[in-house]
Amino acid sequence: MSRAVWTLAVLLSHWRRHPMQLATLLIGLISATALWSGVQALNQQARNSYDRAAATFGGTRTAMLVGSAATFPQKLFVDLRRAGWPVSPVLEGRIQIGGRSLRLLGIEPVTMPTQVGNAPTLGTANLQAFVTPPGQMLVSAETLADLKLYEGATPLANDGTQLPPLRVQAQLVPGVMVVDIGIAQKLLNKPDQLSRLLIGKDRGPRASLQSIAGDALRYVEPDAATDLERLTDSFHLNLTAFGLLSFFVGLFIVNSSIGLAFEQRLPMLRTLRACGVSARMLNTVLVAELVSLALVAGLAGLVCGYFIAAALLPDVAASLRGLYGAQIPGQLSLKPAWWLAGVAISVSGALIAACASLVKAIRLPVLASAQPQAWHQAQRRWLKFQSAAALAVFIAAGCFLWLGDSLLAGFAMLAALLLGAALLLPAILERVLSLGERGATRPLPKWFFADSRQQLSGLSLALMALLLALAVNVGVGTMVESFSRTFVTWLDGRLAADVYVNAANDRQATEMKTWLRDRDEVQAVLPGGRADTQFAGAPLEVLGLPDHTTYSDHWPLLESIRNPWVRLRAGDAALISEQLSRRMNLSIGDRIEVSAPGGDWPVEIIGIYADYGNPKSQIAVNYAALTRRFPGTPQTRFGLRVAPEKIPPLLTAMKEQFSLDDRNLADQATMKAESKRIFNRTFAVTAALNTFTLGVAGIALLTSLLTLANSRLPQLAPLWSIGITRQRLALIELARTMSVALITALLALPLGLLVAWCLIAVVNVKAFGWRLPFHVFPLQLMQLLGVALFAALCAALLPVIRLARMHPAALIRIFANER
Amino acid sequence: MSASGKISRRAFAGGALALLGGRAFAQGFAGLSETADGYAAVVPGKRFVFPADHGPHPEFRIEWWYVTANLKDAAGAAYGAQWTLFRQATQPGPALEGWANRNAWMGHAAVTRADTHRSTETFARGGVGQAGVETAPFQAWIDNWRMRGLDAFDADHVAPVELTASSTDFSYSLRLDADRPLVLQGDAGFSRKSDRGQASYYYSQPFFKAAGRIVIDDKPADVTGLAWMDREWSSQPLASDQSGWDWFSLHLDTGEKLMLYRLRQKDGANNLFGNFITPDGRSVEIAAADNSMTPTSFTDIAGRKVPTAWRVAIPARGLNIETVPLNPKSWMSTGFAYWEGPISFTGSHRGVGYLELTGY
Amino acid sequence: MLAVSNLTKSYRSASETVAVLRGVNLQVAAGESVALTGESGSGKSTLLHLIAGLDSADGGEIRLADVVLSDLTDAGRAELRRDRLGLVFQQFNLIPSLSVEDNLKFQSRIAGRHDAKWHDELVERLGLRHLLRRYPEQLSGGQQQRVAIGRALAPRPLLLLADEPTGNLDEETADEVLALARDLVTRSGCGFLMVTHSTRLAATLDRQVHLHAGLIA
Repeated sequence: MSRAVWTLAVLLSHWRRHPMQLATLLIGLISATALWSGVQALNQQARNSYDRAAATFGGTRTAMLVGSAATFPQKLFVDLRRAGWPVSPVLEGRIQIGGRSLRLLGIEPVTMPTQVGNAPTLGTANLQAFVTPPGQMLVSAETLADLKLYEGATPLANDGTQLPPLRVQAQLVPGVMVVDIGIAQKLLNKPDQLSRLLIGKDRGPRASLQSIAGDALRYVEPDAATDLERLTDSFHLNLTAFGLLSFFVGLFIVNSSIGLAFEQRLPMLRTLRACGVSARMLNTVLVAELVSLALVAGLAGLVCGYFIAAALLPDVAASLRGLYGAQIPGQLSLKPAWWLAGVAISVSGALIAACASLVKAIRLPVLASAQPQAWHQAQRRWLKFQSAAALAVFIAAGCFLWLGDSLLAGFAMLAALLLGAALLLPAILERVLSLGERGATRPLPKWFFADSRQQLSGLSLALMALLLALAVNVGVGTMVESFSRTFVTWLDGRLAADVYVNAANDRQATEMKTWLRDRDEVQAVLPGGRADTQFAGAPLEVLGLPDHTTYSDHWPLLESIRNPWVRLRAGDAALISEQLSRRMNLSIGDRIEVSAPGGDWPVEIIGIYADYGNPKSQIAVNYAALTRRFPGTPQTRFGLRVAPEKIPPLLTAMKEQFSLDDRNLADQATMKAESKRIFNRTFAVTAALNTFTLGVAGIALLTSLLTLANSRLPQLAPLWSIGITRQRLALIELARTMSVALITALLALPLGLLVAWCLIAVVNVKAFGWRLPFHVFPLQLMQLLGVALFAALCAALLPVIRLARMHPAALIRIFANER
Repeated sequence: MSASGKISRRAFAGGALALLGGRAFAQGFAGLSETADGYAAVVPGKRFVFPADHGPHPEFRIEWWYVTANLKDAAGAAYGAQWTLFRQATQPGPALEGWANRNAWMGHAAVTRADTHRSTETFARGGVGQAGVETAPFQAWIDNWRMRGLDAFDADHVAPVELTASSTDFSYSLRLDADRPLVLQGDAGFSRKSDRGQASYYYSQPFFKAAGRIVIDDKPADVTGLAWMDREWSSQPLASDQSGWDWFSLHLDTGEKLMLYRLRQKDGANNLFGNFITPDGRSVEIAAADNSMTPTSFTDIAGRKVPTAWRVAIPARGLNIETVPLNPKSWMSTGFAYWEGPISFTGSHRGVGYLELTGY
Repeated sequence: MLAVSNLTKSYRSASETVAVLRGVNLQVAAGESVALTGESGSGKSTLLHLIAGLDSADGGEIRLADVVLSDLTDAGRAELRRDRLGLVFQQFNLIPSLSVEDNLKFQSRIAGRHDAKWHDELVERLGLRHLLRRYPEQLSGGQQQRVAIGRALAPRPLLLLADEPTGNLDEETADEVLALARDLVTRSGCGFLMVTHSTRLAATLDRQVHLHAGLIA
């Protein structure tokens, strides 16, 4: 043991003498772990929320029985229990508190299946309080804060009902209130009525459903993935892809610093072996050293990752809420598994990055081979190999594009494209430099190009990292910019009405409409309606648009027949969203059958419109036709045409008259601002990760240059000895770094545009179902180029300054000592 | 929130229903020895009326319907079956309609063979019909488990009845007949549990003859034998210093029946109570100081040491027997776990019976 | 103590097989110092590396005390180097990140044979007292080689092997370092086998052995 400790101490003494190397190694590991685990924390937080939501919905994770109407008699529950069915009742409804509409869930804690995943939890002592009137109303802390109430408060519902005392239940989803079933029946005025029955674990033989409930109840299979998960999958895949990219860029740093450290320690390793440290002991200690460094860095990385996640969480939560209605609590809560996974990824990342070095050390012969490396040949072989690999990866990318149909295939293609480009980069640089070498006639420039070529292998990993980071930056930047430009125009057409109203119920809506008709400033009341149904097994929104010039003039259509709005009036035609068109491969002239309460409703597709940001498929039909086919459609939503200067007074008057708040009354400008805000936040996360990645690439470049700088001296010393000043040498070094960085950055631009095209035409279409027009933004590209060169300059400056200031004696020493 | 459990059957068992106790839950559990404020008190001199007293007594805190059966199949292999329905009030006051009912129900069922013991439980709230007891016609049920009066049901005999229960890996259906009326335990149905007033109302039907079918892992066996029903209700059956009990119900081969139990006190002292029932149904309290129950063998089960074999002596009756369990691993792994299983005995008398051990 | 008999070793290159050692016999007794001379490429260093267990022979036997090297595994040879051999090379091969003191102690520490008194004596006799806190790069060549000799002798090896230990030193320093080495070898009572091309230095040792064309002349 003490032998191992001594050997470890000797190995570690290297870092004490080279703290900069240690720092870069740790920085690489920390940033890799931090970015990856930060993204994982965000994903985990969101997934937990979906689970909670699914469980609270009494939802899709559990098999259940549902009726044909909204509720069914409680007697069915008792009959089924007495026939051996392990069912538990749930009643669901909505309750208004101070203008907010919240979901009320009535549950029966005694029969509630234990396997209903993250069911709300209650202390044993509180169970009695929960079921005994007045009972308790469980809410999440967020809901409590939203209601501006305190624990124990007994708020009044809008209809004057006194609600049970509120109690915070940390695991609950925001916007949901949970009470005992008996209390729910009272609050919702649904005595002896239930919404659904959750089916628990099998308890032995049971009678057939048909024999007990006839066809009053229908069995619904449990669903492994919740609707929310399906909808948000693409968003999380996006995050994960970025996390992974950052992780690999981080590993580039680790790889280069570990590579250097091992290279420098090879003589030490030989001496250790000569002094009698066995190969096995040395390898064990080398791995132990690496693992302990990785553990330290992993923990630090996790802490950083936590802060990254905490910083990004509000944006992520906002986008998920805005896009999908998914409620994510703003407080980060992490499972132990996250910490473990983070440390594990750090350790395995370090081992992967150190793989080549470790193998080299393990195979290290005790006797140094005396002949110098034939670097030229080796490099040529290496370049050939990499180019071949790049070619293979490009072919794979092509296959993904042609054959792949999923979002994953889209990302795989993107990854293959980037990887291929990165692999090809050294060969391209080599080509450019050797052209330069051939073109150069004077000795110094010739040496410049030749020496740059020799340096390629050392610098290429960092340059590859830079290329990737830049390309992704260009790609994402272009996509985001394209998006916001398209979105703004689209929103202008889409939000054609001036004021949007959402009444509490049909009665209030009718009152409002009557009141509004008497107001002169209201030019038109545009009724709107929305029904939810199914099409080909997936949810479908049916939007009712009134026959009004507001729509025919402004509503943006991607393509349509001639005079679509006239055709729409007949009630047997529909405009469909781009998402639906792409998902079901539908085009103009096709006919579809929409399931409606009165039987299937056949409609002809007469146009396709963009519906950015809506995860569901949608069709738009004539409003009158909608209300005929879906008689139950609430008629609570409508728009108003109002002269712009009259809008504020009208809003004030309406708020006063009907006691409305901002949630059910909004003018167009507010709606637009809100929509834009949601989309901006969606891409804020992407942009932030993007910046992190670029930063990490900058560090990668810096560390590579620093590590190279040391091994450069022997090459520079002869030049110095033949009379080139240190300052001149430094300038040459600077020029060399900047020129390879420039070539790399220039290559990154077209690659980035290709990435943007992939994101817009492949990934986005697969993730969200819509495609954006492709724009190029030259100013943005120039800016990025500048940033990249600046990063390279910063990274190159430090070693160059060191070189310029180096004491001549040091150069003499190097010249004298190195072979 | 780490201290919280789930709202679930389990938590409910740990909370309200565990208080139910029954004989099975006298584990020094606070609920059983809580003061009975607000609930009706058990006093001597009650006149029992049937079938009314077969039904629930919601003014009392706890109550149970408890059947055990010693059975044999055609080849002579021994079986045991247990069926129990517990009721507990969660709050004093009359039982209300619907979910506000204030009564919780729990069912336990088990079957035992020399090589197998299976047990299960289920829970329900009163007031909606998932569980309950009705007197005319007589039926006690929870989910699809039932004790149901058949045609020609005689309330004084509590017979004939059909008894069913099922789980994923066992089920049974038994018909119970009795040619003699039920008997009152203790002093005319008043069963004293301590010197400080803890008591219950208690009657039994020890003369059931049982016949039916037990299915274990889809393998059916037609069985016949003897069965015993206990009915008991109370508001505070245990004193605060009592930690558990060891309870026998024995069918002697002479046609006599013996109900005997020992209440263990935390200070190590024990109280013995029991009734000797003659073949013609006369029930006599036995409370002699020289009666004794002594464990002779212990079984390690579920991390505890449980006395599963006993020597029982009642010198005044000339009774001196050794009991052995049919299956020493008759452990009820329910929310509140206890040992309950069929036994047989030899010595001055031979016969079969049931043993219940709680608070270990 | 060291007995090499009939040792053979050849190297294979792409085109030919070069027999470097063709049946070498050599003995070094305890307390004896032997110089191994020979022209470049005669196989001096190869022989030394084989004795040190850094490489393995094709045939013949190397016996150190009661151990036959070819019987040992790689780990066993490492143990042998650690506990029974001291190695000194032309390149000094000090560990650059360790101080002089730690370099001196290093081998005896991992061998578990650190002896404070002997260490102290080595420091004194090698004249390293004032240099203990320095790092190898801050030392002259002669100083570095003195540290290397100290490190090799610290665990009290049976045999000190030196491969051109003075090859990087000027004549004066070389004499001084070698004198120190001889003195310490005598004090510790171990055997000393030194490869050198210098007949002048070889003459200062007890015995000279000349390697020619793969055989001891």
